[in-house]
Amino acid sequence: MNSAEEKRTAQALAREIRTICAAAGRPMQFMEVCGTHTMAIHASGLKSLLPGNLRLVSGPGCPVCVTEKGFIDEAILIGRKYDASLVTFGDLVRVPGSFGSLTTFRAEGGRVTVVYSPMDAITRALQESPRPTVFLGVGFETTIPTVAATLQAAGLRGVDNLFVLPAFKTIHRPLQILAAKDDLHGFLLPGHVSAIIGAGSYEYLVQDFNKPGAVAGFDPLDILVALRDLSRMAAEGRPEILNDYRRVVRNDGNPVARAIMDEVFEPADAVWRGLGVIPGSGLALRGTFTRFDARKHLPVEVPVAKDDPRCLCAAILTGSTTPDKCGLFGKECTPEDPVGPCMVSSEGTCAAYHKYGVA
Amino acid sequence: MCLAIPMKLIAITGEGTGKVDAGGVNADVSLMMLPHAQLGDFLIVHAGFGIEVLDAEEAETRLDLFRELAAATAEEEEA
Repeated sequence: MNSAEEKRTAQALAREIRTICAAAGRPMQFMEVCGTHTMAIHASGLKSLLPGNLRLVSGPGCPVCVTEKGFIDEAILIGRKYDASLVTFGDLVRVPGSFGSLTTFRAEGGRVTVVYSPMDAITRALQESPRPTVFLGVGFETTIPTVAATLQAAGLRGVDNLFVLPAFKTIHRPLQILAAKDDLHGFLLPGHVSAIIGAGSYEYLVQDFNKPGAVAGFDPLDILVALRDLSRMAAEGRPEILNDYRRVVRNDGNPVARAIMDEVFEPADAVWRGLGVIPGSGLALRGTFTRFDARKHLPVEVPVAKDDPRCLCAAILTGSTTPDKCGLFGKECTPEDPVGPCMVSSEGTCAAYHKYGVA
Repeated sequence: MCLAIPMKLIAITGEGTGKVDAGGVNADVSLMMLPHAQLGDFLIVHAGFGIEVLDAEEAETRLDLFRELAAATAEEEEA
């Protein structure tokens, strides 16, 4: 397809959406659950194609955004107390903690390495041996199996100075909480999380909440197809779970990846910014893999952390408000000097609004 | 953070490891989650791991559908 064809396809899909929404005659609000979708939607400007009565709000699928401030504090305290080497994905390094970020910790002489793959943490641990090396475990089901596979490999290779500080999250429990909200009429479901857990795993949205869902890819046309399908299902009151990313997502997901994840981790309670403690929505290391648990083997006292009360990140993550309603947005809070994590992460809603404009 | 891109599997280098290519850029990839991946497959790669194999038939179906939509719009533009 050339760009003229892509443009025409987008126009055709947008026209279908407008027709459906005009016929529906009432406002509809959908949530894009995944932060990577948030960024794709804003980068492509596709909100400008949507009718006024179709609203898109962001959800909790930005791992860095939902991670509580105390996690950054805990990582830095471990780094200080044990002279540990911290290994992390790049998204996390500028998130403000109570006493600085990982970036400021590094500037003060702390050891912080940014990696592309969790497997790089093994390399780092071998270089740092015997110094404890701690991988900061943030992410959803797309990422969790890669960390699990890394720990399996570390176990086989007898790497004994590698640890993980787990703050992983799984998507179904928070989605159940959000699905109960009357002002959300459908869900644009995450593409790559679904590649692992399967398009068939969301049936509860229909059975228990009578709401539609569409699994979407990340190309703007993929997103438009999914929005068209959501609009139609919501307008007709006939909810289903549709898989609009069939070239990647199977109904059953990737069972091998899930088996790896289940061997290494077990469900645990998790704290979500904006949603509080959700039972069973996080993961803890299982059985013999607890030898990699930084929280167990490198304990620190973490003081209770407080978010800036003016920061609306928590409400933004549950689709209750948008960044332009925040008094800090673009003034005290910018990507260069962020107050909350939604402005830091490359896929945070505030970062998307700031970079591409308020749609 | 859930970004993942399609890359072509161009070599199997060991037990559960391979090399992938996207536009001339090569990278190592773990195949631990894709035991059935074959040379020439396009893998969806996230954080150094192949997490799924792209279904070529579904990808083609999608493009056909888009071409139809584009053609319909083009006809309207001419009309």
